[in-house]
Amino acid sequence: MSTAATIETHCVRGLVEKDFSSGAHPIWCPGCGDYGVLAGLEHALVKLGRPPHEVVLVSGIGCSSRLPGYMSCFGFHGVHGRALAAATGLKLARPDLEVITVGGDGDGFSIGGNHFIHACRRNIDMLYLVMDNRVYGMTKGQPSPTSEPDWDSALTPGGIGTRPFNPILLAIAAGATFVARGFAGDPQGLADLIVAGIKWPGFAFLEVLSPCITFRPEEFEWKGKVRHDAAAVENDRAAAAAAALTDDGFSLGVLFRGTEAAVKPPSQARSSLAAIERQFLVGV
Amino acid sequence: MARSSLSLVFAGSGGSGAMTAGTLFLRAAARAGYFGVMTQLFGAQVRGGESAALVQFSNEPIECQPDRFDVFFAIDWDKVDQFAAEIPLDKNSVVISDPSAGAIPASIAKSKPRALSVVMSDPTMTRLARAMRSKRSNVFVAGLAGTLAGIAAAELRAALEAVLGHKSDEVMAANAAALENGIKAAASIDLDLRVAEPEPKHESRWLITGNEAIGLGALRGGIKFVGCYPITPATDLVEWLSPRLHSLGGRLILAEDELASINMVLGASYGGWPAMTVTAGPGLSLMTEAIGLGVAAEIPAVVVDVMRAGPSTGIASKTEQSDLNIAIYGAHGDAPRIVIAPLSVGDCITTGEWAVYVAEALQTPVIVLSDQMIGQAQAIIPSAAKRPEPMKRRTNGGAPGAQFKRYEVTANPISRMPLPGTKGYEWVAEGLTHNEAGLPVSGASAHVAQINKRAKKIEQFDPGELWGEVFGHGDTAILTFGSSVAPAREAARRLTATGRATRVIALRVLSPVPVKPLAAALKGVRRGVVLEQNHSGQLYRHLLGQKAIPISTESIARPGPLPFRPAEITSHIA
Repeated sequence: MSTAATIETHCVRGLVEKDFSSGAHPIWCPGCGDYGVLAGLEHALVKLGRPPHEVVLVSGIGCSSRLPGYMSCFGFHGVHGRALAAATGLKLARPDLEVITVGGDGDGFSIGGNHFIHACRRNIDMLYLVMDNRVYGMTKGQPSPTSEPDWDSALTPGGIGTRPFNPILLAIAAGATFVARGFAGDPQGLADLIVAGIKWPGFAFLEVLSPCITFRPEEFEWKGKVRHDAAAVENDRAAAAAAALTDDGFSLGVLFRGTEAAVKPPSQARSSLAAIERQFLVGV
Repeated sequence: MARSSLSLVFAGSGGSGAMTAGTLFLRAAARAGYFGVMTQLFGAQVRGGESAALVQFSNEPIECQPDRFDVFFAIDWDKVDQFAAEIPLDKNSVVISDPSAGAIPASIAKSKPRALSVVMSDPTMTRLARAMRSKRSNVFVAGLAGTLAGIAAAELRAALEAVLGHKSDEVMAANAAALENGIKAAASIDLDLRVAEPEPKHESRWLITGNEAIGLGALRGGIKFVGCYPITPATDLVEWLSPRLHSLGGRLILAEDELASINMVLGASYGGWPAMTVTAGPGLSLMTEAIGLGVAAEIPAVVVDVMRAGPSTGIASKTEQSDLNIAIYGAHGDAPRIVIAPLSVGDCITTGEWAVYVAEALQTPVIVLSDQMIGQAQAIIPSAAKRPEPMKRRTNGGAPGAQFKRYEVTANPISRMPLPGTKGYEWVAEGLTHNEAGLPVSGASAHVAQINKRAKKIEQFDPGELWGEVFGHGDTAILTFGSSVAPAREAARRLTATGRATRVIALRVLSPVPVKPLAAALKGVRRGVVLEQNHSGQLYRHLLGQKAIPISTESIARPGPLPFRPAEITSHIA
């Protein structure tokens, strides 16, 4: 059977943001940070000049995972938590495509936590963008792995009581080679980080602070808390991890870059089916 | 008079080389033009547990387990009590052991077999030398057994070279000496185990396991991507496949778990690479949600389940046919898919290749239900395996239009699936209920239309002559699948020989039930029996539910891990 045609990649000039919009109206609440991420992605793809048909957006389940439906690119809207696995298979099969995985903190760090760790470790060339709003929004407001311990919810009156997950620290510890943080309220700055992450020749993890105005109205204040002051730690995982441990979670920019090589695409065929079948032959 | 078949056991504690003894014997048998099959019996321990190679040796194709074993070679007696009950012996059986191994344990002796004592190592070796170097009793036993069975010494020597020739010269010299001692020792034993030569001399033979055969079939079918996670008894399939797939330019990736395996497969397949995962029951349980995604988003995928005894962790190393329910029905919502099963070790090649074509052509997951008995059996088969007609994915996006409709509802329920990278046909693989364009919707009409579209795709699937096979003509019919086909065929042969003409209807397609060809196969049947290796009669209920068999059909259903033996089946039916 013939395998997939490999496309020639293009750098197309003259693309505009609208070229990347599907025209579908998002289900997101007014004021949701994810609109900023959508805009940031559109800016970034215009800057990069990769046309929609060369891009695949892969996602899981949750508010933010609806994003592929709002763009004109190819997309894979899979099951909850498994976006990185699907993206891994896709990128290995089709290194010619630009694979961008998107989702939320519940999808990526809770149900999909294991895949997050192993995607960092595996270092396959893709951007993983997590819209972190510290809440399960689609199910109407339960604490996520990044929620503060004292955040009060209907399911956890008085707070969940457990320390939040530090995705930046975990990514660094698990072997990610590009770790950055952006803010949904800053689509241009976010677009620059997205471009850097896409261009990065390996697994690029981009945590985006994306406020949930509906269930976490206090996140509206993130606008005043974020700082464009991240100083990228180059190649020193211990130093980067130490910085991630003391960081308040609001410094924006590239936080860590490593030098480990990305997984190589499959090699060309060097054998044949006939040669493989001969091993079973006995007595000639 | 030389017999037509012989059943042998090579037993010892794990690491004793019992499996190597069986492999040597089987390869020599294949070289000499005989047929045979070797299955493995072992426990949960990786090293040091019980292990036995069970070998059937015949002058015609054979795959079923015998009612009893003719000869039992004990390399040692260390762990034999752990499996003695699973190896039927009787007073006509012969047990051959080394005097240094001690007395025959009661678990074996109670069958009152004839006992023979043979020194299985070089008698000139000092005790120290024996302790320092392996006694190579297993190689000795292979030489002894092969010669007693009538296999020429040259074939045994060639088999040794093929199996262990990669070892150092020193080791090979010791192995060669052990083999010669075994061959010589045969003359000193008063035992005639010769099997008549096969007639006529067939062309070349293949020596292959069921797991390897599915791997080969997958490669023939064009599989380019495999995502997998280690699980007994499926791991040896992917171990065989990995270097070969890579040598053909494909990719096998060891995932972090089965959830990742199946989702990686769906991702690679979405990208246009025919993709497969390989697992056993616990892994299939984990994969069911994503199989539903494959159904809903209409993504081709091959899922091989090498069944083992369940539920839960069950018995990892032993066989059962109890994953039928989950294979056919496992997933929430209406998620119809294709479920097929190989009819024999050799048929794993055909079924494996066909699975890829069906998945690609129907844009849906196809589950291949193998089992430990077939998967880890090594069989001598005729080299030519039937190759199914290739079928391909419908990647042509059609005439460029305003908005491409990936899930368009037309008379043909198989819609167009252009590859990512095709300009003008950007679409989203969607697991949410979606409209024809692939956009998520929650309205009733799109939901019903897409459920119907996918159901129609499965209902209209025509397997042609690959639906299954009918062996024999009797008015008694045994309906079965997978590793139960071989003992059913042997039972039918015996029943027919004793006046109760019996046919075997072996189903390759388990779901959707191939109702029409099955009805034709049942023509003239007065008594039908569904044979399967699980407690609840999963196939029986499935066939009854589809009204594919008469209500009077009987069920023979019992759990594994013991294989069906022909006598067990004939006693049910006679």
